[in-house]
Amino acid sequence: MDLKETLLSSYLAFDAQDGPQHKLQDQRAAAIEIFEQQGFPTKKEEDWKYTSLRNLTKTNFSVFPKEEVSLKLNQVKEYILQDVDTYKIVFVDGIYNAYLSETTHEGVDVCLLSAALTNRKYNSTIKRYFNQIAEKDVSLTALNTAFTKEGAYIHVPEGKLVEKPVQIIHFTTDKNPNLLLQPRNLIIVGKNAEIQIVERHQSLTTNETFTNVVTEIFTEQNAQLDYYKIQNDQTTASLIDSTYISQRKHSHAKVHTFSFGGKLTRNNLNFYHKDAEINSTMKGITLIEGSQFVDHHTLVHHAKPNSESHQDYKGIFAEKATGVFNGKIIVEKEAQKTNAFQQNNNILMDDKASINTKPQLEIFADDVKCSHGCTIGQLDEDALFYLQSRGIPRKEARGLLTYAFANNVLQSVKIDSVKKRINKLIAEKLGVNIGFDV
Amino acid sequence: MLSIDNLHAGCEGKTILQGINLDVKPGEVHAIMGPNGSGKSTLSTVVAGHEDYEVSQGTILFEGEDIADLSADERAHKGIFLSFQYPVEIPGVTVTNFIKTAINQNRKAKGLEDMPANVMLKKIREKAALLEIDSRFLSRSLNEGFSGGEKKRNEIFQMAMLEPKLAILDETDSGLDIDALRIVANGVNKLKGKDNAIVVITHYQRLLDHIVPDFVHVLHEGKIVKSGTKELALELEEKGYDWIKQGA
Repeated sequence: MDLKETLLSSYLAFDAQDGPQHKLQDQRAAAIEIFEQQGFPTKKEEDWKYTSLRNLTKTNFSVFPKEEVSLKLNQVKEYILQDVDTYKIVFVDGIYNAYLSETTHEGVDVCLLSAALTNRKYNSTIKRYFNQIAEKDVSLTALNTAFTKEGAYIHVPEGKLVEKPVQIIHFTTDKNPNLLLQPRNLIIVGKNAEIQIVERHQSLTTNETFTNVVTEIFTEQNAQLDYYKIQNDQTTASLIDSTYISQRKHSHAKVHTFSFGGKLTRNNLNFYHKDAEINSTMKGITLIEGSQFVDHHTLVHHAKPNSESHQDYKGIFAEKATGVFNGKIIVEKEAQKTNAFQQNNNILMDDKASINTKPQLEIFADDVKCSHGCTIGQLDEDALFYLQSRGIPRKEARGLLTYAFANNVLQSVKIDSVKKRINKLIAEKLGVNIGFDV
Repeated sequence: MLSIDNLHAGCEGKTILQGINLDVKPGEVHAIMGPNGSGKSTLSTVVAGHEDYEVSQGTILFEGEDIADLSADERAHKGIFLSFQYPVEIPGVTVTNFIKTAINQNRKAKGLEDMPANVMLKKIREKAALLEIDSRFLSRSLNEGFSGGEKKRNEIFQMAMLEPKLAILDETDSGLDIDALRIVANGVNKLKGKDNAIVVITHYQRLLDHIVPDFVHVLHEGKIVKSGTKELALELEEKGYDWIKQGA
């Protein structure tokens, strides 16, 4: 049985388990139909031309964890930001782990989607936001909707500045082998509100794992969102992340994606402008080796005038690693005076490393500034000699130049603890001790 | 200190240096002059250990040791420093972070611990002052957007920080106005001592008014065709290189 069939039959059991009274039953049923019609995307589709899910769809993943696993803090400490006070929503094999978590309802809701789906007081919010910005006709997103049960629910009310960042962390363990996780996050940042969020998926096992996560984010008028995705997983862990952000006037949504490891990582990052004068920022560092694969598909949909979007993605590919960058910018006819910038720079460290990069601009307005640029290169030999001539060995010199190449993406990271963590990860990946301040 | 014997070297299959002989002792200042394309920069690049350059014949001894097989960083650890004619711009690494990394990598190669932060800071301040470098300059990206003079001052600042035994200054005077030339030369003179040596590669006499050489060598078509004292530089300034070319 291939994975599609497994999932279709699992759906029946999943639906029966929750009972027909579940709030999302109709939406789930509609979604599984879409998945049934479309199945997993193949390389024949333009959006998946360079990304093959063949191996994944042949693996026998299960959506049901067999047992609830408890973890001790010291088993997972290194994956949780410790040197900053945070709220935490932690899941182990898809099941909420209260011991490692710190949620709240004081001034801001940082809790579980399952709680928001069952508690009547959230009825109107769920109705207003859930599945409203996610693409209903995209098979993987539909698949996630069909299996929606758990995830993070964050609602920042109007005017609230949340000082503590929120960490959303998913662990997979060896107790539930070959798990397919489908977390669903719903995040609403109210008018004039602010929040910082860090998301991480971490496999603690060398078993194959597959995560198909969907996150819906709404930034209301003048809201500020800072979102960090830390992807540094096992080489047996695959992740498909689809994030949909709906923005209202004067809001600024920033997403940093740090992709440092995993078997296959696909990021679908989509910004939709619902008003004028909106700012969207997306930045990323991809640093992979071996036969790892990272694909960034971004979309910014400029629908109204006077808005901005900034994209800056750096990729460093060693050994046989492969990258994909596809940056789509749509500027509607009405969206005059749009400023849209896109930059994708790549370094191939070895002969067998590769990157497929493509800007995709669809501009229907006539008074806009749009720029895009992509580069693919190698480390500069003259620069290496210069560094070596100062006593910096070649390995460290390569590390330093690579670090310097990616560095400007780090400058916009607002949480120091995240910045330090990323710095450390980069140094580890490059096998050098970059002992300097950032 | 540096002893070059019958050195033949080049890159991409082309032999540029055609049998160089040069002997530099501690405490000495040597000037190497010559027309464009005579091999001056190749000589400095080969001594510093650029991997693209190959030595086909002859030897380079540094403090009695053959350094032919050493990488550029290993030569730096031995105490060889090259001030680049065209320093490379490295966006994303500040001058301070770069020099800290360089110092600590040199210490590491000698089996020493990292230099304590306060000692490092004091030394950076002291050497920056010597070269009249503003502290804001130190937090800029290395050489990025620097003027010609700033780049050269930064090279000598690095030399001051690293305290090499042998410093090769490749066209350090090019692109400098008279004030910058004075600052750079003054910096170099302060670093001169009985235990270290300086090789100045230059096209013109004017730097040698400030950094006075003990010996002057004229390079032509990959060979040293004439050696003398500082008066030779003056003679070259006056007569140009044509008489040397004819003589060779």
